[in-house]
Amino acid sequence: MPKSSIGLMAKALAVWRKDIRCEFRTRYAVNAIMLFGVTTLVVVSFAVGQKNLLPEVYSALFWIIIFFSAMSGLAHIFVREEESKTATVLRLTSDTTPIYLGKLGYNVVLLALLQIVIAPLFLLLTDATLYDPALFIVIVILGSIGLAGATTLIAAIISRASVKGALFAVLSFPILLPLLIGVINATTKALSASGGGFSGSSSELQLLVSYAVVMITASLLLFEFVWEEE
Amino acid sequence: MVWKIFLFLLMAGVIIAAFIFPAPQQQIGDASRIFYFHVPQAWVGVVAFVVSLIASIRYLRKGKIIDDDRARVAAGLGLLFTILATVSGSIYAKATWGAYWNWDPRQTSILMLLLIYGAYFALRSAIEVETKRARLSAVYAIFAFITVPFLVFIIPRMMLSLHPSDTVISSSGSPLGTSYAAAIFFSSLIAFTGLFFWINNLALRICIVERRMLEESDQ
Repeated sequence: MPKSSIGLMAKALAVWRKDIRCEFRTRYAVNAIMLFGVTTLVVVSFAVGQKNLLPEVYSALFWIIIFFSAMSGLAHIFVREEESKTATVLRLTSDTTPIYLGKLGYNVVLLALLQIVIAPLFLLLTDATLYDPALFIVIVILGSIGLAGATTLIAAIISRASVKGALFAVLSFPILLPLLIGVINATTKALSASGGGFSGSSSELQLLVSYAVVMITASLLLFEFVWEEE
Repeated sequence: MVWKIFLFLLMAGVIIAAFIFPAPQQQIGDASRIFYFHVPQAWVGVVAFVVSLIASIRYLRKGKIIDDDRARVAAGLGLLFTILATVSGSIYAKATWGAYWNWDPRQTSILMLLLIYGAYFALRSAIEVETKRARLSAVYAIFAFITVPFLVFIIPRMMLSLHPSDTVISSSGSPLGTSYAAAIFFSSLIAFTGLFFWINNLALRICIVERRMLEESDQ
């Protein structure tokens, strides 16, 4: 079948499905990200679980757990292609944009699984009180999309470098800083009684939406230069 | 040659004038003299990063290795001047706000610039193949630069800033209100910008010579 006869989304979906299938044969990234998240959460809970802390502290701790768990697993999507030498085949069989979209979708799913496990456990194991569950869920969803959107391109970059481990967090942190400031501020409002709900954190929500849109658009434009072999 | 001497005299004149004339903001006192150096340093840092960004975009479009050298040299100088601006800003912060580091939005955004270009050089050192290194670091430089507007324009509106950038431009107590202060400030701005382009040019010529020597030794 010629390349152009199926739509962009169908191709992206095919890449995504292939990645999900590969992942559930080994479960490497899921295991790494989940175990990292749960371990960090247990340490945090052990240290501050019985203490009644400020919402600012809880929201910072929560996003530190999410950030470092994400750093332990999100790069795997591209590193695996290079390590198993399948990147060239993927380059030959698919256009570049669907590959980015498929991998982005995979990372969003991975982060969603992480959040489904970590967010409820965090609220159970610490004394944090959730005053606005709907706002919290929206923040978590937007934050995860932004996190995946910004780090997928970085994952593609580091998969082609010779030192892969520590570089991912080093390259991602400065880019994620605006997102982290936004989600931590917004989560603080969802965890405090006087947060003001959706209208109280509208500027943070606008920041999260615009950040995700800008980073995904930029990634789509730049991905070609990272992915294509010269 | 003439303009190098001119630059030397201008820089020396700016340094002397900055200490001889009365402090630009009387209510802050001598600490406000740092305004003559801190603002031009931060300005040169931004100019250098923009030069680096343009070179990165040109590399991705044209694929000439000289553009990668341009991007690297300008980014290195940008990092240097940003460190200088951070240090001079911290000294000012200690004198007027009471602590070297307060997480003022301006300090957050300059720290992010330092982290971005620190990461940029970490990435460069991790890739051995030259063309691959040039490509990937150009992509990272462009991608990272896109986040800068968030920190410069959006985050400072969500948090209160003590940084006197607004008072410098608008209010009546502005240091630019007095004619001698404005003269010293703009001379300093010209001197620092000239200094940047001079060092940039030197470093770039060294790059070209090194590359030519490498080619000759290969033959």
